[in-house]
Amino acid sequence: MADTVRMYGLLVWAWIRAAAQYPVSMVLLALATAVVTGLDVAAIVLLFSQAPRIAGFAAPEVLFLYGTSALAFGVSDILLGTTERLGYHVRQGTLDAMLVRPVSPLVQIATEEFSPRRFGKLVPAVLVLAYALANADVPWTPGRVAMVPVMVLSGTAIFGGLWVLTGAMQFVLIDSHGASKSVTYGGAFLTQYPMTMFARDFVRGVTFAVPLAFVNWQPALYVLDRPDPLGLPAAARFASPAVAVLVCALGAVAWRAGLRHYRSTGS
Amino acid sequence: MGVLPWVWWYGFRRHTAYPLGSLTESLTNTMFGFMRAYVLLALWDVRPSLGGYEAVDAVTFCFITQALIGPVQIFGGMDLTERIRNGDVAIDLYRPVGLQGWWLADDLGRAAGSLVLRAGPPLLAGALVFPFRPPAPENLAAFTVATVLAVTVSFGLRYLVALGMFWLHDDRGLQAVTLVMSLFFSGMILPLVVFPGRLGTVAHALPWAAQIQVPADVFLGRYTGAGLLGALAFQAAWAAVLLAAGALVTRAARRKLVVHGG
Repeated sequence: MADTVRMYGLLVWAWIRAAAQYPVSMVLLALATAVVTGLDVAAIVLLFSQAPRIAGFAAPEVLFLYGTSALAFGVSDILLGTTERLGYHVRQGTLDAMLVRPVSPLVQIATEEFSPRRFGKLVPAVLVLAYALANADVPWTPGRVAMVPVMVLSGTAIFGGLWVLTGAMQFVLIDSHGASKSVTYGGAFLTQYPMTMFARDFVRGVTFAVPLAFVNWQPALYVLDRPDPLGLPAAARFASPAVAVLVCALGAVAWRAGLRHYRSTGS
Repeated sequence: MGVLPWVWWYGFRRHTAYPLGSLTESLTNTMFGFMRAYVLLALWDVRPSLGGYEAVDAVTFCFITQALIGPVQIFGGMDLTERIRNGDVAIDLYRPVGLQGWWLADDLGRAAGSLVLRAGPPLLAGALVFPFRPPAPENLAAFTVATVLAVTVSFGLRYLVALGMFWLHDDRGLQAVTLVMSLFFSGMILPLVVFPGRLGTVAHALPWAAQIQVPADVFLGRYTGAGLLGALAFQAAWAAVLLAAGALVTRAARRKLVVHGG
């Protein structure tokens, strides 16, 4: 494990040094990434410029959801986002080259073309989260304060597991990348908004089928002290870490199974 | 002129060659359509008839944007960029037809392919699940024209960005700036009718509005008679301005280009 982390760090450092050969480009691209990510905040601000409360939530509360979701997704994207390119490597045959190297193929794919520009995604997330924490109408208790880092970490792990899981699906369905974006990027978009906006069955789907509701919604119900529209037991609000472990385990199993059954496309 | 229909046809063929890949993309477009539709419904629940839209208009609008993502290539980019980087553009400049006309024909072919494969699923799913405003036949005809003009405007913008390569040698910076503009000011993120005051007026006048907001309004039947002609003329004017600018920049680029290597 320690060896894997060391290897990951080494490869990331190599890619960062490569990107840093063009420092102006690197900084500008990071800024541009920050602005593009920030467009989602602009949308939320515009929505609330037209109505003080939407679906029972005020702007700071929705921004709290945005901040936690964007931070969790941003970190997971930095760490594992490039696993979505597995299908490309299978098609090009470059996965075969990775398999003969003495480093885990997952680490190789995850660090490939690791670009510091992606850190730009964290800028709006951190700023908005700080704003939301200062402005949301929350009766802070030690438990609520502790829940914030816990939910960000669990959310990151859930998204990380989903990246690997949807990536591993490309071992079987090589063309599925287009659709897996609805789970990863779609999930990132969905969790920016309160689930009270969406239809009941839709929320059930993202609670029990693809557990996106545990990224930030369920813990946020605890932090913001809100009733659950699905009426799930209160324990669900504290279930995020357990769900994160489950999703990551599922991702790991799927990845290993995919790798074991992988037969090169041949020549 | 004779070769351009063939360029169109091969563009169409190239972009319909992987129907499964396009289908999975349109699945994601549909998912995003659902989520955005719920968000808009929540807003219209508080503010019915905001900006002159009923809730049903907002939802229909949302699925039209998802259907148009592919055809107007809202996320930007063009194959020409890579050809300028690696020098293949020299071959394009040899051709007995103009660079701009060639790539416009190719891009219209791409857009047609994308419309065929990617526009159907989000519109169909939206119409089945949500309240939906189907267009009257005459609006559908006008929408077809508006879509062609929208693609032309989109091409005009992306062509200028691509030609920036001749001077900048790297298009990613320009690409990123125009991405922000086109996502925000086209109506992709939120319909422009939600934009308050001056911001809304400005957004309606910019070329990005011609890519999504105007065709969507035509689909919804918000324009009739002279208004409809005005809307189409707005798109056509931006298309003409952008294509003219593109022609000028092409001339300048021809003088600028130095092809390396032997």
